[in-house]
Amino acid sequence: MPEVRIRKKFTAVEEIFHEGGPLSSLPLRRAAALAVIDNPFAGAYVQEIAGFMDDLKPLGLEMARSLITALGGDAKVVEGYGKGAIVGAAGELEHGALWHVPGGYAMREILGGAKAIVASTKKVGGPGTRLDVPITHINASYVRSHFDSMEVGLADAPRADEILLALVMTTGPRIHARVGGLKASEIKGEDGLR
Amino acid sequence: MKARIRKIATFVEETSIEMGRTIDPPTRRAAAVAVIENPCAGKYVEDLSELMAIGEELGELLTLRAVAALGIPATSVESYGKAAAVGENGELEHAAAILHPKLGAPVRRVLGKGAALIPSSKKRGGMGVALDIPLGHKDAAFVRSHFDGMEVRINDAPRANEIVVAVAVTNSGRPLARVGGLTKDQIKGEDGLR
Repeated sequence: MPEVRIRKKFTAVEEIFHEGGPLSSLPLRRAAALAVIDNPFAGAYVQEIAGFMDDLKPLGLEMARSLITALGGDAKVVEGYGKGAIVGAAGELEHGALWHVPGGYAMREILGGAKAIVASTKKVGGPGTRLDVPITHINASYVRSHFDSMEVGLADAPRADEILLALVMTTGPRIHARVGGLKASEIKGEDGLR
Repeated sequence: MKARIRKIATFVEETSIEMGRTIDPPTRRAAAVAVIENPCAGKYVEDLSELMAIGEELGELLTLRAVAALGIPATSVESYGKAAAVGENGELEHAAAILHPKLGAPVRRVLGKGAALIPSSKKRGGMGVALDIPLGHKDAAFVRSHFDGMEVRINDAPRANEIVVAVAVTNSGRPLARVGGLTKDQIKGEDGLR
């Protein structure tokens, strides 16, 4: 399969102190790592694309590590995660699906075996397209306080023959979470759901 | 801290390919962005000294954050810029009060130098408005390779009574600069221009 050619990387970190309510003693941090790569399948229908997932594994691991670094270097602070992709105009949605395995498993590996499925989204779009990357708790998808999202995007990407790949990690619940549901303290941690 | 900060975001962009050519080392730029309450929102306030003091605080805080995100010694920063977006209940002059009287001195203190004017832009806008932070060489405004810009945006800011304030720094000029003019090795560094 083709080599992974990276045009640019982008890291964003948000530190949230309040949203009109009480100041949090522990600000919520969200971090996103983006990579803009060539889409080796742009411009034509290619039947066999699955092998590219293996080629993306090293990039997935690198991006997951960069998120830990951006959040201070300790993987233990990470409580939520998500992933996404924007495929440029000459590609197809299925090319974005190539990111599920390398992106998701990279984060689980770096986080030491997170149990929950990694929430994800994808779309086809032009440069400047914004993507709301969904976020859920890393060990139990039903933890309501950790349902969140982070908007990402780049003014000049993806070009038609590119794919923008995204990984996101967060350090805690929404800053003023108070709508009940399963709490992080109640996680059984057996099935990745509760 | 005079500023009431709701959130701080940092962005790092690294370009390793431009128009098919490898950029080695990659060009890198970083922005630190604060979302603050606008103490003068919703009314005409003659004396804007409170905003000027906030500008001084943010000059130091955001420069430190941006340099840390870039991961280079502060003295290695090559270009810089600043910008602000005022929410709809504020006045363009509020952005001017933050950016112009006092923000620059702490930026230069952190960087060790900075003879050139810090390029700036400002606007009023709603949540998610994009700020194009102009960039120029920190010691000689005429260095043509370093005329550049960095777009930043925060999807949930500024709210009507908020201001978004940004400082950007780089380790380089444009990725494939080739339109002549003063080059960085020709800088005299006396007047901030050449």
